[in-house]
Amino acid sequence: MAQDVAIIGIGLHPFGRHDTLTGRAQGAIALRAALKDAGIGWESVGIAYGGSHDAGNADALCNDLGLTGLPFINVANGCATGGSALASAVAAIRSGSAEFAVAVGFDKHPRGAFNPHPRDWGLPDWYGETGLMLTTQFFALKTRRYMHEHGITEDALVRVAQRAFRNGALNPQAWRRREMSYAEIAESMPVNLPLRQYMFCNPAEGGAALVLCPAEIAKRYHPKPIIVKAAVVRTRHHGSFEVFSPALAAQQAPAPTVTASRAAFEQAGVGARDIDVLQLQDTDSGSEIIHMAENGFCEHGEQERLLRDGETEIGGRLPINTDGGCLANGEPIGASGLRQVIEICTQLRQEAGARQVPGDPRLGYTHVYGAPGVSGVTILQR
Amino acid sequence: MPHPVLASPDLIRFEGDTPHLVGSRCDECGEVYFPATDSCTRCTATRMSPHDVGHRGTLWSWTIQGFLPKAPYNSGETPETFRPYGVGYVEMASGIKVESRLTVADETQLQIGMPLELTLIPYRTTGEGEVFTFAFRPSASA
Repeated sequence: MAQDVAIIGIGLHPFGRHDTLTGRAQGAIALRAALKDAGIGWESVGIAYGGSHDAGNADALCNDLGLTGLPFINVANGCATGGSALASAVAAIRSGSAEFAVAVGFDKHPRGAFNPHPRDWGLPDWYGETGLMLTTQFFALKTRRYMHEHGITEDALVRVAQRAFRNGALNPQAWRRREMSYAEIAESMPVNLPLRQYMFCNPAEGGAALVLCPAEIAKRYHPKPIIVKAAVVRTRHHGSFEVFSPALAAQQAPAPTVTASRAAFEQAGVGARDIDVLQLQDTDSGSEIIHMAENGFCEHGEQERLLRDGETEIGGRLPINTDGGCLANGEPIGASGLRQVIEICTQLRQEAGARQVPGDPRLGYTHVYGAPGVSGVTILQR
Repeated sequence: MPHPVLASPDLIRFEGDTPHLVGSRCDECGEVYFPATDSCTRCTATRMSPHDVGHRGTLWSWTIQGFLPKAPYNSGETPETFRPYGVGYVEMASGIKVESRLTVADETQLQIGMPLELTLIPYRTTGEGEVFTFAFRPSASA
């Protein structure tokens, strides 16, 4: 049995728009906050993994924090950058190559939808030039097909967004803090039908950082260490329905989310029913609905009832995206996956204030999905 | 009739005036790809042959592109002149689903399972004239 690894420091620079701050500055603020939370100095950190998509090399943070000579690995794994940084930091501690490790991410994206360049993704130019290479299209196409196969209606899409903004309103660090009515969401501008304006998250800015160490020494540094029971990253298989696919194979295969989730539950030795609070990638309402089932939290098609019955609310059986998720926080790619982990740590520490899940949450779960078909899952335990 | 100028000529083959999509097929396991590839992600083989993906299919999923995409989209439209367009995955005879523009952008006219056929549509104009890309339009039979 590999040794357990604990999170002893969390730090967030709130997501949103911060015109006077660079992405890196937001990452540095988050990292200093995480080190302070852990009660250690930057000079104690033995290895760091960090990523940013649009705001420069993450290891430039050393120019802010201090040039201590540590190995700093830049991570570039799309929306799963944070999850990949965390999985790498956990592996480094387990291997004994460092006592203290950092996972950090930050970003600052231009306004509007992402505009990927086909060649960066191994795709021909015409795919972008003729208007087929948009992430929003993919989410809409996958959602439409899923609704068709599993009997989900637009009602469920609206309810996911409504809950996200309701939770965001309770979170002082969220970007979108205004509750929205059912009609406001249901009648918002069609972006890529069936998905509308308020069913999509926006590219944003922000920073997030974690400090980790072996679990056996964690209590020296933080009174409530959070154990990383699993941190798994998986990429797509032939036949899974992924973003940036000019065609889909005749035979469908399970998404990387499914394989990452199964591996994480196996590693942690727990099941979906044991999870008390969870974060699912909600780039859009449809994705969250699909991810509920792909991660094993319900059967395909069961989501609409769970949403309608309030089961996914903060006080429900399956509290999802208690901080408002990507929908209310926006998505700075490099930081987004770590924001999810920070929210679960906050919930498990019982420090989530007005959005605190009731009872005594012991196990949490996070899931990210990103281009071109990569998923990261963590299972966290108080 | 001369064939239209295409954004990517190697995607299309003509049978008379009827355009067909050109892909590839794995010599080892038979998996079909569009556009053509030189390796098989299913069985990892590297021997592939050209394959006619066909010109008829059925709508497998769809959306309507409601905003003007940023570059590299190069239709030349502005936010003011932009007209929403349909996008779908179209299931072809071999079972492969090809992502394509649709000639229809009216949600009341699109339904999963409807029969479609391949056509070519102008999507931008250059100094030399119109440039065409492939699209699917409603057809009487699959």
